[in-house]
Amino acid sequence: METLISVLIGILFTIGVYLILSKNLLHIIFGSSILSHGAHLLIITMGGLKKGAPPLVSENAAAYADPLPQSLILTAIVINFAVTAFLLVLAYRSYDVLGTNDMNQLRGVNDE
Amino acid sequence: MSFVHLIIFIPFVAALLIPFFYKYLSRIHTGWFVLPIPAVLFVRLAAEVPLVAQGEIFMHTMPWIPSLDINLAVCLDGLSLLFSLLILGIGTLVVLYSIFYLDKEHEALGNFYLYLLIFMGAMLGLVFSDHLMLLYAFWELTSVSSFLLIAYWYQRKKSRAGALKALFITIFGGLSMLAGFILLSSGMGTYSIREIIGSGKEVTLLPQFFPAMLLILLGAFTKSAQFPFHIWLPDAMEAPTPISAYLHSATMVKAGIYLVARLTPIFGGTMPWFWLVSLVGLVTLFWGSFSAVKQTDLKAMLAFSTVSQLGMIMCLLGLGSAALAEPLNIMSSLYPAAMLTAIFHLVNHSTFKGCLFMVVGIIDHNTGTRDIRKLGGLIRLMPLSFTMMMIGSFSMAGLPPFSGFLSKELFFTSVLHIARLDIFRLETWGVLFPVVAWVASIFTFVYCMILVFQTFLGKYQPQKLEREAYESSWGMLLPPLVLAVLTILFFFYPNVLADYLLLPALAAVLPNMAAADFGIEPILAWHGWTPELMMTIGVVLLGTLLYLTFPKWSRIYHQLPHWLTLNHAHDRFLSLGEKISLTTTKAYMTGFTRDYLAYIFLFMILLLGGGLFGQQNFSFDPTGNSPIEFYEVILVLVMISAALTVALAANRLTSIIALGVMGYVIAIFFVIFRAPDLALTQLVVETVTTALFLLCFYHLPKIKKEVVRLSFKITNLAISLGVGLIVTAMALSAQGHQLFPPISGFFENSYELAGANNMVNALLVDFRGFDTMLEITVFTIAGIGVYTLIKLRMSRRDSD
Repeated sequence: METLISVLIGILFTIGVYLILSKNLLHIIFGSSILSHGAHLLIITMGGLKKGAPPLVSENAAAYADPLPQSLILTAIVINFAVTAFLLVLAYRSYDVLGTNDMNQLRGVNDE
Repeated sequence: MSFVHLIIFIPFVAALLIPFFYKYLSRIHTGWFVLPIPAVLFVRLAAEVPLVAQGEIFMHTMPWIPSLDINLAVCLDGLSLLFSLLILGIGTLVVLYSIFYLDKEHEALGNFYLYLLIFMGAMLGLVFSDHLMLLYAFWELTSVSSFLLIAYWYQRKKSRAGALKALFITIFGGLSMLAGFILLSSGMGTYSIREIIGSGKEVTLLPQFFPAMLLILLGAFTKSAQFPFHIWLPDAMEAPTPISAYLHSATMVKAGIYLVARLTPIFGGTMPWFWLVSLVGLVTLFWGSFSAVKQTDLKAMLAFSTVSQLGMIMCLLGLGSAALAEPLNIMSSLYPAAMLTAIFHLVNHSTFKGCLFMVVGIIDHNTGTRDIRKLGGLIRLMPLSFTMMMIGSFSMAGLPPFSGFLSKELFFTSVLHIARLDIFRLETWGVLFPVVAWVASIFTFVYCMILVFQTFLGKYQPQKLEREAYESSWGMLLPPLVLAVLTILFFFYPNVLADYLLLPALAAVLPNMAAADFGIEPILAWHGWTPELMMTIGVVLLGTLLYLTFPKWSRIYHQLPHWLTLNHAHDRFLSLGEKISLTTTKAYMTGFTRDYLAYIFLFMILLLGGGLFGQQNFSFDPTGNSPIEFYEVILVLVMISAALTVALAANRLTSIIALGVMGYVIAIFFVIFRAPDLALTQLVVETVTTALFLLCFYHLPKIKKEVVRLSFKITNLAISLGVGLIVTAMALSAQGHQLFPPISGFFENSYELAGANNMVNALLVDFRGFDTMLEITVFTIAGIGVYTLIKLRMSRRDSD
């Protein structure tokens, strides 16, 4: 299972990076979303998968899934959400003010 | 604090007070307050002459940075006494001269004397330092104060250019000298010059001996304007004339000479030192005198003549250094004699060159031009200036009865006999020295004659001058007069000078030889019909001939094309450097975000890939993996196809929905991976994010619903595939390595410790509550940011 997920993470990273390298601002935000999905999966995979019960004490299981990566991911999800929301509004505003979403046109002045 | 320290510090302290004098006592020329400082210090130091002549050496040390073994170690011996007397004596005269030269009303005198005093203090510190780092500190201080003084009239473009060039070249040399000092002191384990000298021949065995020598010599050559670093000196003539007289003839340019003389006991006696110093000196001697003849500006002519004379002194220092070579042969008294000549000529040059600069300054001041083509026939109007100019020039040309004659004769003696010695392959190449020296002397003679006769004889052309020429006031004439009188005095009483100043200085340069070993005969004005005298007569005859026929052969100076000159090379070097750095910067700083991201990802691939595969750190061990169910494979496939849909969809809405699908599949994964809280959060967050996406890019009216297709780029694909491969490889490789057991077992006590059944929640708010607090902060900031972006409408256009 870990191997399979590792390959999936690699595919997600490939697509995310490819999107980030594109010139459309919206694609870049999609790319960063996919990258963060990949990162979350990576963290949980590194903690080991499907070993034991959910980390709830009342289950009385012999072993629990590792709670530490889960709490880390929870934090990461929320931060990622905040950043994505901000990026979205920023992209909207920049389109509003500058009239373009094309990164190649957002270059500042030619010779400063 | 010893008196030597005081002598160094007094100019700096005085420099601090100058602005107050300048501001609050502006009715009196600031120079009058400065004048007593060098005068009193000169007298104080002159009182030490008899003691030092008896061989006494004053050593004093004050702590500065004791933990790094850096101290204010100073030493007063014959050599530093000679230099400091020159600095202070000519300093006094220059200050006096500047009082009459610079106008109280129109010039920023506060700056002038401030810089001048800093320079004086730095120069004194330089010659008294016994510590290599201290020496370097003062060395750079002279460069900086010289830079300030050259650009004294900073409104003029040429002044700024000259100052920049001087700074560039001398700092380049200064830095390489520092490197040489560090090499030397790291090899010897001490910074003290005297201790390094005291260790004898040990230093020659160091592996860094030769590089250190080369680097230090680079510093000395740049400072003393030796070929090919002499180009800054003529451009430094944009400085006020008192500065040219003081810095660029008598003191600063002698700093390199001082350094070579001071370090001769360390490096001297070896073949590379001998050839480097004497050959560079010889080339400079010739090139300087050859270039001086073609100048039409009096100061430029004097600048090149300074270059040439410095080359002569350097050459003599090189020849004299052979005195330290082993084994000594019968002719050995010749080398100390060459060294003595160097020191003697150093004194002579300082006196007559200072005098000449001051006279040129008077001519400039009183006629408004320094151009030889406009001057002429000033002899009747300015008789005193003419006399002094004649004394200075004839001394420089090496004519009796002036001091230059003696040192030039001694110089000829040295170069004539050098070929007879059979060390350092002199038997083959030694003949070079007398020939080049003789030719250079002829050119020296020619420009000395031009200096005197073109300026003062011939036709007076008042229509070409800015103002009617007139003789100066006594205040301006007195300083050059003193120097001119000294020039004559040195001719008639050279041995008084030698006994009290030159021989002690020689003892400092050649410290390991007893005075009796030198076997130096007293300097004689008349030494019989020797070959040297014949050479001088030849110089006079040929020089006169060349001077008279100058218009006929002056064409050779235009043969050298402009692009071959050293100045052109220097300018080309600088502009080429600028151009190269500009093109490289423009080549990679494209302004496209995509390019910078590509650099970042490429480095990531190279570094991580290199670490993983280059050093064989990759390992893959699937044992201990959990089993794969059928539906999990389906989920993975759904995930991949959703991601591809995000990337490739033509419609923006499709992409957004596919992104939502991905988020929900992740939530299902979290369910499978036994993470209920994550699944819950992921579901909620994904829903909100999708809603936001839709809000921003679909429902907001201003955005056109254009179709944006992802363009295909092979480089992007290669980079992203590389990143994906690296991440997968790292993930796989990391699974097989568990360095120590996880600490998660501890959190099973969450009920006992925190009263919570849900371990993840206990972690978030109890065990690691700080993270959560800051995460909340992040959320708040993002919220405020979003609000600001939407609400605030202050663009630059609006505020205008």
